[in-house]
Amino acid sequence: MKKMKKRQEAKKDLKELGVKIVKDIDNEMNPSMDVPIRTLSNVFYDEKNKIIKLGNNTSKRYFFNVAHVRKFTQTAEVAALAKQLLDVNKHMSLREVYYAMRRTLPNSDIDIVDEQIESNKAVEDLELITSLLREQLHINANKLGTAAGRVVIKDKGDLIDWSKLGSGGWSIPSNVEDLEFKKVDAKFIIYMEKAAIWERLHEDKLWDKMKCAIIASQGQATRGIRRLLKRMNEELKLPVYVLTDFDPWGIYIYSVLKTGSISLAHISGRLAMPEAKFLGLSGDDIIKYDLKKHIIKFKERDIKRLKELSKYDWFKNKKDWKRQFKLMLDQRGKVELDALVSKGITFISDKYIPEKIENKDFID
Amino acid sequence: MADKLIGAKELGKELKEISVAEFFEKNRHLLGYDNNTKALLTVVKECVDNSIDACEEAGILPDVNVSVKQVGENRFLVKVEDNGPGIVEEKLPLAFGKLLYGSKFHRLRQARGTQGIGVSGAILYSQLTTGKPIKITSSTGKGIIELELMIDVIKNQPNIISSKKMKNPEKWHGIKIEMELEGRYIEKGQTVPEYLKETAIMNPYAKIVFNSPNGKITFSRATKEMPRLPKEIKPHPYGVELGILRRMAQMTKEKNIKKFLRKGFSRIGQTSVQQIFKLAKIDSNKKPMDLTHEDIVKLHKAMQTIKLVAPPTDCLSQLGEGLIEKGLKKEIDAEYFIAISRPPSVYRGRPFAVEVGLSYGGNLNPHTKAKLFRFANKVPLMYHKGDCALTKSVQGVDWRRYGLQQSSGYLPIGPLAILVHFISVWVPFTSEGKQAIASYPEIIKEVKLALQDAGRKLRIYISRRRKRHEIQMRQSLFEKYIPEVAIALSKVSDVPHEKIKKGLENLLKRGTKNEENEKEAGSEEGS
Repeated sequence: MKKMKKRQEAKKDLKELGVKIVKDIDNEMNPSMDVPIRTLSNVFYDEKNKIIKLGNNTSKRYFFNVAHVRKFTQTAEVAALAKQLLDVNKHMSLREVYYAMRRTLPNSDIDIVDEQIESNKAVEDLELITSLLREQLHINANKLGTAAGRVVIKDKGDLIDWSKLGSGGWSIPSNVEDLEFKKVDAKFIIYMEKAAIWERLHEDKLWDKMKCAIIASQGQATRGIRRLLKRMNEELKLPVYVLTDFDPWGIYIYSVLKTGSISLAHISGRLAMPEAKFLGLSGDDIIKYDLKKHIIKFKERDIKRLKELSKYDWFKNKKDWKRQFKLMLDQRGKVELDALVSKGITFISDKYIPEKIENKDFID
Repeated sequence: MADKLIGAKELGKELKEISVAEFFEKNRHLLGYDNNTKALLTVVKECVDNSIDACEEAGILPDVNVSVKQVGENRFLVKVEDNGPGIVEEKLPLAFGKLLYGSKFHRLRQARGTQGIGVSGAILYSQLTTGKPIKITSSTGKGIIELELMIDVIKNQPNIISSKKMKNPEKWHGIKIEMELEGRYIEKGQTVPEYLKETAIMNPYAKIVFNSPNGKITFSRATKEMPRLPKEIKPHPYGVELGILRRMAQMTKEKNIKKFLRKGFSRIGQTSVQQIFKLAKIDSNKKPMDLTHEDIVKLHKAMQTIKLVAPPTDCLSQLGEGLIEKGLKKEIDAEYFIAISRPPSVYRGRPFAVEVGLSYGGNLNPHTKAKLFRFANKVPLMYHKGDCALTKSVQGVDWRRYGLQQSSGYLPIGPLAILVHFISVWVPFTSEGKQAIASYPEIIKEVKLALQDAGRKLRIYISRRRKRHEIQMRQSLFEKYIPEVAIALSKVSDVPHEKIKKGLENLLKRGTKNEENEKEAGSEEGS
């Protein structure tokens, strides 16, 4: 019932957008949409809530403007598509949206979209324009995450026990809004940026030994995973610990989970977890476990990224992070999580993680 | 011993005997007969130039028929017929059969040819390569005379092979010349069709029909208006060279140098004559014949030193902006035409004028260098483009300022044809082939000024055209998006898409109330 209502509301919001544009045309005005601006300049760090938020700057997107007409059409197309999906209560992946939009304008060589990045952007823009989430628009991202642990959930009527799914674990869907947590024995969650490390921990049954859940994605966490982590963090009050390589890109993965990202600043409140902690790999771990021999030299762009990162509002005043950035800059190279295997096959599960968690050896 | 001794008389005779033929043979390349392709072009050119000149002088709208027919390997029969005044029977053989004979050589007036070699040179070339006589038909409107003629190269005299008189019931007048020669006919590059096309541009009041080996081409008449006939002038003291001054002094009929100077030159009056004699310290009553070399040097120097009014310029006959535009329009498929005719100017005491014309757009290739048509006294210059002051002037203009691309020092790139016309009583050709104009700074400056003037007008046209094009592009861009966006918006708003489509089409046609938003071409946001 609740879901029904949500769908009707989304349909109403979309229709309002369409009616507003038609009204522009009736009034002989250049049809337009108000698009909140999504760049660093219109994003700020909310000190109180400790998340990145979107500012109030918007720009007008006009149909009769040579520079806007393409994006205007793409956004209208996505709106039409979403409305159809809501009508028939079906979902589409971003890839499918791309194919649904991909066609050539009659009597021209202009394609409505050339690459998926354009349709993806149009989806994000529509979210901003309507304040509707992609999930509410029935558009899904590709799933790219795995979970295991002492957790039982209910998804589409099926009971799923994350501890009884063999070596593959549970494949996280792109839309986790409707899952229910049935029985949760885990005390915390470890998120890691690498599937290989997840497999290591899963094989070693770390989640069983330490009573936790382990969740992984490849690189930057997708929205579905972030939303799952956020729900578990918020609804189940489970602390979230993050494991990444010791390099600027790894630190930024942690940063996005904790404070939100610039491009999705409009939904930081639904995704960011200001209480998330950085578990490793830290500069101190490298010294402590003598991993210096595994340093992979930085390239120019890594150093550039590191400098950008250290200037972000949410990092620049933190003593611990300043120290980490200095260690990273001094060693002029990264160390990957996988390097821990040089200390022993199960070193990470037997010693590294348990010790760190026991000693509360986190960086905040 | 005796057979080794050659008498001075005999030697002299031998030298004389070979003079004209040898001159021609040795200077073939200078006269435009250095290869078969060029030779055919030169023959046609000499005949056509002569025909148009004759018509113009008589005030007749020129009708010129040119025919080039292949009669053997490397053999061509060239026929050129005009509707000019014709030449009277007595003068006919000399006019064609004697080199350096002509009415134009000793006078100072703007004309196509000046040296008296032209057609006779062509005849000599025909004779040298085929050994056959040439045929001339002429009438002044009464009877028709038909001559077969060869040039006696020993005596430099016409040799009439046959002569025929015919009745002329149709009152035809004009000249028809037919000759066979060794040549090569091609149509690409600097060849007969290109020469005739350029001639047609520069003489839009002429009708030229060309029966080429590959078919008939007609260059039609675009106007009945003919440019004013130029007046003859006397040389201006600033422009006279020492040798010419001496020759003039020897040939004059005047009794004393005072009269010689006043009658033989323009812009020399009572005061200037006295100034000259004062400066040169020569007795003004001396006979011109008696002037010594030193006298002439002093006189020449004095003539160059004193202040004189610039020469009169009514000796020049510009084609005029209107006729240039007409000429370009009828032969070049372009969108925009502009002509500039500059007021006369003077280099070294010689009056000259410059005219330029530009054709832009249309069928002209936008990706290649501009086409350049050079003319001197209405005659196309076909060769030695790189050495010519007109080319250098075009290259010296910064065409980028006028909306074209250009590598500095080269011709501009774009859909452009440039016409430059140099007019003078004495054209400073770089060689006897008369294909390039010498680079006097005054000439280059004038040509550039004319081109810049035309360039400024072209820039206005190009920027308007660009704007028009942008508006069109913009219109068609929105036209393409409207049907799609109307369907999408209809799905979102549940308003029928036909209604939305009509609304948008109306806005496209009539503009919106907040139109300023359409003009900002910048991107809407930083993302």
